[in-house]
Amino acid sequence: MLGYLVRRLATAIPTLLLVSIAVFALIRLIPGDPVQLMLGDSADPQSVAALRQQLGLDQSMPVQFGLWLGKIAMGDFGQSITTGQAVLPLMIARFQVSAIIVLMAVALAALISVPGGLIAAWRQNKATDIAIVAASTLLLSLPSFWLGLLLLLFFGLKLGWLPVIGYVPFSESPGAALVYLVLPIATLTLIEIGVITRMSRASAIEVLRLEYVTHARAKGVPEAGVLARHVLPNAFAPTWTLIGLILGNLLGGIAVIETVFTLPGFGRLMVDAIFARDYPIVQGCLLFTAVIYVLVNLVVDLCYPLFDPRVTAE
Amino acid sequence: MSKPRFGLGLNGMIGIVLIGTLLIVAIVAAFWTPYDPLSLSLRMRLKPPSAAHWFGTDEFGRDVLSRAMAGASASFLISFLTVAFAITVGTTLGVVTGYLRGWTDRVLMMGNDALLAFPGILLALSLMVVMGANRHGVILALGIAYTPSVVRVVRGTVLSLREKEFVEASKMIGNSDIYSMFRHILPNALAPVAVLATSMFGWTLLAESSLSFLGLGVPPPAPTWGNMLAAARPHLESSVWLGLVPGICIALTMLGINLLGDALRDRFDPRMTTA
Amino acid sequence: MSTLLKVENLALVLGATQKPVVDDVSFHLDQGEFLALVGESGSGKTLAARAVLRLLPPAIVQAGGTIRLDGEDMSGMSPQRLRQVRGGVVGMVFQEPMVSLNPAHSIGTQIAEGLKLHRDIGAAEIRRQSIAMLERVKIRDAARCLGAYPHEFSGGMRQRIMLASVMALRPKLLIADEPTTALDTLTQREVLDLMVELARDHGTATLLITHNLGLVARYAQRALVLRRGRMIEQGTAHDILHNPRDAYTRQLVDALPRRGATETTARAAEPLITVRDLQITYPGRRRWLGRLPGHRAVDGVSLDIHQGETVAVVGGSGSGKTTLGRAILRLVPATGGTISYRGADILSANRADMHRFRLACQLVFQDPYSSLDPRMRIGEIVAEPLRHLPDMDPATKALRVAETLDEVGLGGFDRRLPHELSGGQRQRVAIARAIVRRPSFVVADEPVSALDMTIQQQILTLFQDLQRHHHFACLFISHDLGAVEQIADRVIVMENGKIVEQGSRDAVFDRPEHPYTRALLAATPTLDATKEAFA
Repeated sequence: MLGYLVRRLATAIPTLLLVSIAVFALIRLIPGDPVQLMLGDSADPQSVAALRQQLGLDQSMPVQFGLWLGKIAMGDFGQSITTGQAVLPLMIARFQVSAIIVLMAVALAALISVPGGLIAAWRQNKATDIAIVAASTLLLSLPSFWLGLLLLLFFGLKLGWLPVIGYVPFSESPGAALVYLVLPIATLTLIEIGVITRMSRASAIEVLRLEYVTHARAKGVPEAGVLARHVLPNAFAPTWTLIGLILGNLLGGIAVIETVFTLPGFGRLMVDAIFARDYPIVQGCLLFTAVIYVLVNLVVDLCYPLFDPRVTAE
Repeated sequence: MSKPRFGLGLNGMIGIVLIGTLLIVAIVAAFWTPYDPLSLSLRMRLKPPSAAHWFGTDEFGRDVLSRAMAGASASFLISFLTVAFAITVGTTLGVVTGYLRGWTDRVLMMGNDALLAFPGILLALSLMVVMGANRHGVILALGIAYTPSVVRVVRGTVLSLREKEFVEASKMIGNSDIYSMFRHILPNALAPVAVLATSMFGWTLLAESSLSFLGLGVPPPAPTWGNMLAAARPHLESSVWLGLVPGICIALTMLGINLLGDALRDRFDPRMTTA
Repeated sequence: MSTLLKVENLALVLGATQKPVVDDVSFHLDQGEFLALVGESGSGKTLAARAVLRLLPPAIVQAGGTIRLDGEDMSGMSPQRLRQVRGGVVGMVFQEPMVSLNPAHSIGTQIAEGLKLHRDIGAAEIRRQSIAMLERVKIRDAARCLGAYPHEFSGGMRQRIMLASVMALRPKLLIADEPTTALDTLTQREVLDLMVELARDHGTATLLITHNLGLVARYAQRALVLRRGRMIEQGTAHDILHNPRDAYTRQLVDALPRRGATETTARAAEPLITVRDLQITYPGRRRWLGRLPGHRAVDGVSLDIHQGETVAVVGGSGSGKTTLGRAILRLVPATGGTISYRGADILSANRADMHRFRLACQLVFQDPYSSLDPRMRIGEIVAEPLRHLPDMDPATKALRVAETLDEVGLGGFDRRLPHELSGGQRQRVAIARAIVRRPSFVVADEPVSALDMTIQQQILTLFQDLQRHHHFACLFISHDLGAVEQIADRVIVMENGKIVEQGSRDAVFDRPEHPYTRALLAATPTLDATKEAFA
């Protein structure tokens, strides 16, 4: 198990290195003077000179990269051009908002979809299955921002049950915070139910045709036991991979939800930064996202041995 | 339930009908729309659907139906070009690296995995930063963002095909590696690529709509379904049709693509080609 | 002896089309008896057996007939009673050991599952019984095995664990669906002998589903022959095998490979292929600091092959025979030794010589389903090797392709696609592809293992005819000694990468010297085997 963990970590490191090179290169690709880009047009000559020296612009690219990487490692992601805030704490604060929404939505969706897909596979081609497949296909065809707008329109504007704009941090008041988060979480949950149910159903169908399922029935195991003990543990792996991918993709996709519901989240941070040409934030967000993505995949991979003992033997 | 061998089943047919219709609309819109999508008319602002304007007018008095059609044109074209780019580049890289393996493979896959470390949208966003927000930028950014997925899938397919005995047989006959790659592996890899291309068309359409919704895609006044929805936000309650039309268009397109993609996947199920 | 299982007029149909897959099949099984259900693929034997436990796949439906277990009508059973019967009264062992045990649960959990359902005993007693049963099936270190997972065991061991799990419940009837088809010869014998022992211990009746008449000869008391869902013949095993009445039964019995007359072909003085001290070592798995030690697949093998003769290489899995075959064709790199073709060393040959070598040698693969490009037509597949003969003009090529297809009995098939052909037909295409260039040397890697008995016989006969006609040298790799007995001139026996015995076919088969050879021969079921198990 430890060997597996070490091996997985080891493959993550070169990836992160390449990613940081890519992010570094990206900003350098933007036409214009890097220092002006970093400080904005209205910066004073001293700061410009100071940053020019810090970034080592007179030195070779690898050295610049090294300097930059060194500062990142220290947690110094620079300052926002527009607000002057330190980038890292800002990103973390915004990330917490997005993370709550994403994690709750995916967890809720998984709780509903995994058993849902299993039941659909068990009743393949019967009425229950057809209904479940139709519903999931419909749900995943809806663009998330449109669904959000519709829910907003209906529950927020027409019925007035839920607030349309605004946000209260969890730390202040969980109850109030939840009220603002219901709609965004609901939107995301519905979409992800569509996605996860399909995968859960497909992999359950695969497993149901395997011999050890027939063997379990031949032993006299009741259907519920067959599904829960024999089908689920083996069918779960591809769904788990998918959940990892979804979590990663939502790091970007959350931006539209945050726009619809006007939430101060991570996605919105990056989008606003792009509009404002606030490059330190853009750079920081990209790097942050990549690291989170790699971490998420790592956690997902580390959980595999829990339901597939063959993995560690590899 | 027996899987249809030549037809695509009911779902597939519905998918084809949906996509087909929208495709025809998109092509037609390139040449003709009921009204000019860009012409303003402040007199006709925010009019609900009527005989003259089937989908009503927007906040600048522009005909929504024409804008939706033009949007179809724009979205389909962008998605199509993006998919063409990603599939061509991705398949070539995937076949080469999957067949040759060794150092080429390892280096290429490390780069590929690094790109895959970014969620598609974010990668596209960052590339947009460099290229600027316009039609070409979107195509290039999304194309580059989605190529790594194609490389991965194609490489996977090629790796499994390599182990098949008919590839070894080709070597036994005396065929060169390049010949085997093109004569034996590529044709058999096309089926999964076709399925992937269909799904990818859907992802890019959604991605392009999202980017436009955020204001980072095709800039107004040129209509795409995404930026139409963005513009509809302030008028959501009063002029519901503005919010419904573009969304329904996207949803129908996605539905058609998903149904078609599923039907194609069933059709090309490897289990069906072995007796 | 009372009747345990009585099946009358069983009819099974395939769902939507109502196509009959089992038609009016009747048989009975008494307490403690051993009945074999024999047939080739598509005979319906597996479905008939599964119908007993009502474990049919969703598309298959029972359209008629009754199944009585100990007098009880199976179709009238409530779900609870059915669950009691499954496992508790009737146990079932499946074919593929790789997928019949759930990979996600430990062995102990899976054995305990059955015990918990059918016996009212506590955890400690379950553990005791599980260990006792595992020891009975000769699993070493049974206690540790309880906590281990299926992937840690080989195919043969998994089948034994399956047996332990099923027999721990002391069922009255054991249904064994081709339980050893996926195992190699020696392991087959072990597992089946064990199965018979366990059945005798508990007085369990056995219903064995098989396509292998040799197994019927060795183990069965009575047999029932099925073909395309219909009963062909039923009777004692001895009668079926030695006095078959129906033409199809006779065909099946004749399909068992038989030793032919020794071919006295004039042997050329110089061998065509010479192998000396061949060594093939697979590199070990890479670890962070260096590699694990490698695995010696072939260890110091020397042999000669002459024009026109068939040399068979036999051995169990892991013996190195497949690697040897591929190495001689240079599909696998050799790490030591020499291989010469017509006197010229091919391990150090340049491209031109290698090309000439490739033109002269061919390989017929084992799996007819993956050795043909699914997107190419038969004609194209057979014509492809000819692209390396630039001196041949298109008309001659077309003629050669047509001739070759006729020779293998597939005249006129050139426009068809592989998926339209049966396994036997595809193998003929593979053979056609191999001989179209009139090679001097053909390596056949288990060419008939994946085929039905009667088809096997056809393909073996085809091989012999083609060789007589074209005089190519043949290296025939197989684990099936029956096929080898029919076709080989000389036999080489390999174990763990080394040659342990070689000689003429008659010498090796009649006077085996090495213990491994003797074990292999003893493990091969033949028609003449007396039923020692039931003596």
